[in-house]
Amino acid sequence: MFASNAGVRPHYRRLAERLGTLTEADFDQRRAAVDLAFLRRGVTFTVYHDDAGTERIFPFDLIPRIIPNAEWMRIEAGLIQRITALNLFLDDVYHRQKFLKDKIVPAALILGAKHFRREFMNCTVPRGIYVHICGTDLIRDGAGNYLVLEDNLRCPSGASYMLENRAAMRRAFPNLFQSYRVRPVEGYSDELVKALLHIAPGRDDKPNVVLLTPGAFNSAYFEHCFLARQMGIPIVEGRDLVVRDAHVFMRTTSGLVPVDVIYRRIDDDFLDPTVFRADSMLGVPGLVNAYRAGHVALANSIGTGVADDKVIYAYVPKLIKYYLGEDPILPNVNTYLASEPLDRKFILENVPKLVVKSANEAGGYGMLIGPAATKEECDKFRTQVAANPRNFIAQDPIMLSRSPTWCDGRLEGRHIDLRPYILYGEKITVSPGGLTRVALRKGSLVVNSSQGGGSKDTWVLQGDE
Amino acid sequence: MTTAPIAAPRPQATIMLSRVAHSLYWMSRYIERAENLARLLDVNHQLLLDFHGFNDTTIKDHWDSILASSGDEELFLKHYETADSRSVTEFFAFDLRNPNSILSCVYSARENARMVRDQISLEMWETINELYLFLYNRKADEIRATGANEFFASVKRGAHLFQGLTSSTYSRNEGWEFLEFGKYLERADKTTRILDVKYHILLPSANDVGGAVDTAQWQAVLRSASALEAYRRFYVREILPWKAAEFLIFSDSFPRSLHYCVARVDELLRRILGENAARPRTAAARASRRLLADLQSLTITEVLQEQGLHEFLLETQKALDRIGGAVVETTMFYPAEAEPGEQQQQQIQQ
Repeated sequence: MFASNAGVRPHYRRLAERLGTLTEADFDQRRAAVDLAFLRRGVTFTVYHDDAGTERIFPFDLIPRIIPNAEWMRIEAGLIQRITALNLFLDDVYHRQKFLKDKIVPAALILGAKHFRREFMNCTVPRGIYVHICGTDLIRDGAGNYLVLEDNLRCPSGASYMLENRAAMRRAFPNLFQSYRVRPVEGYSDELVKALLHIAPGRDDKPNVVLLTPGAFNSAYFEHCFLARQMGIPIVEGRDLVVRDAHVFMRTTSGLVPVDVIYRRIDDDFLDPTVFRADSMLGVPGLVNAYRAGHVALANSIGTGVADDKVIYAYVPKLIKYYLGEDPILPNVNTYLASEPLDRKFILENVPKLVVKSANEAGGYGMLIGPAATKEECDKFRTQVAANPRNFIAQDPIMLSRSPTWCDGRLEGRHIDLRPYILYGEKITVSPGGLTRVALRKGSLVVNSSQGGGSKDTWVLQGDE
Repeated sequence: MTTAPIAAPRPQATIMLSRVAHSLYWMSRYIERAENLARLLDVNHQLLLDFHGFNDTTIKDHWDSILASSGDEELFLKHYETADSRSVTEFFAFDLRNPNSILSCVYSARENARMVRDQISLEMWETINELYLFLYNRKADEIRATGANEFFASVKRGAHLFQGLTSSTYSRNEGWEFLEFGKYLERADKTTRILDVKYHILLPSANDVGGAVDTAQWQAVLRSASALEAYRRFYVREILPWKAAEFLIFSDSFPRSLHYCVARVDELLRRILGENAARPRTAAARASRRLLADLQSLTITEVLQEQGLHEFLLETQKALDRIGGAVVETTMFYPAEAEPGEQQQQQIQQ
């Protein structure tokens, strides 16, 4: 890219020109300044099982990913369509289960889903919204189409990095940034707090919204603090909350203060030891009961994980058609279900050519990239799939699009994905941009921060170049 | 089950979680503690440089008295054989086995700051984080090689910067009261300890004048409390041990004197606990009022001749402990159950 501008996509032209005028030393200096700022500000995540120091900065690449407006409009429409359908699906799952009668999804898949919460059948959720915050992972294939890789409907993380990355880029390349007319992402926290206030149970005075964190040792603790600060709401731990007569209160210096909305960053399992895991020290005894009684709202709701199960994922295009009567705007990656006999046979015979994923893991854990795996690894997954087919899917490895990334002193192509954030409040909003994650290891397809991934700022343009 | 009262409705901006108040209080105390320690060690290192006449025994006595005043003598003797410059510095500056070493204090302050990251200003967080990163990346050997002065100076600068930024970026709300309460309570405690280092060379009669060494040592005491210049401006005369003690205990204008700190503690405590009446309702307020009354009414002669300085200081430390403990207890409406383990907090985030 430094050598020649030929073949650069039009919206990257100005970026290429600007980078061409920078010496390597200049570039390194800006990079070091950004890294230092992240470290000082504590923009870090925590690496588990690592004694060398538990906090690290999320590696940041200074070359932005640029998306022209026309491309973005399509993504946005597709995401809104998808979350609308998923929400209708969740409502159906936990109420009438019409889709079972119409044989859209096999009943066994729902009842066997790890995150299906039968305790929540027929429970009304505020405003009928199950997923208030959604992070959908998209990839771009060789032909330039955006495909949905997975939905994250429980506690999607990363929005704070989207905002911090933007701040860092503005500092590092102020003029270039200005010349591009990039759509702002800074409205995210306002939209988020609006979406949270939208579900507050009716009370006379101003509702109290809190963010519930597992604690300072959680990998995403920085993000929890960041978002709470941006929204101006208290960040609470389970031990700060107490339930009395099915109402939630927080323990303050002047006594108990009612809580109306909880933006929880704790998994269902840990939310309430009286309903889910009894050994949970993070949760609040009685919280679920208060939620059922309608005295407190939770975002996201309980049991949303049934819809981001990687097996249910394969049915989402059908669900979109079923609930909305529309064709999906953003297609899925071609997926094989180990629970289906024909697919299972295909998977077992072709493990080295496929990406095999366990249905309920996140963070890049529990997956196998066949083409890059050893024979032993493939055999191990083959055994696991045969033993527990419900728990596995396989996908064709997509040649993820690559983006120029600064690696060891030069630009190299690295695989990227995109996680935009969708908020479902009074209306559905998609923040223009999102977190572009990049696999920093050469050839790697795994972009998760826990697996050596980094990130880039994502510039959605107001125009097309 | 907690017996906390249900609070009257307040605007959200004034809600302060008990845990947050607790963390602010400790963060502030730890920073003040680290700064005092750095100053105390720095001054005593310099003092030894000034007096080549010290022999091994006097040097040991010197450090012994610092150790004794700290209240951590027992812990020290568990890990070290003898008190000399090296071992005492190691113990108070770098040893993480000592929860009150400078390093431990800064780590704890930062840990508390992390817990309330959403509550404090970005400037406060950055300062405390930088101080932490500076210490974290230093090896004790390197610091010894370059001289401890620079190290102590950095700790003091970091702490001062933090307190200054706190004062200029933190809203004057309830959190501020906890921050200030923690700071002044800690400062009062440290001033008693700085004084206690030299109580044994304080001459019984106000008319006796000490030798050159004693004067230098009392200069060191004043410098340990950043009080030397303030003392000189106040008395404009040579340093008399009992005058120095009087200044550090009773001055009503010097911000590290016991009297000044306790007056602040009492005022903050009244605001935190909502103690408006002439007669205090809570045990914490009674203890602080009593201590303040002593500091307002006693004279240095009474302290020296009737009670003895050392005993007076010990009693004061105990009273300060009681006050701090009682405030924490009254405002922390939560059961002292164990903290959730790291394991559970480390759930995978999507």
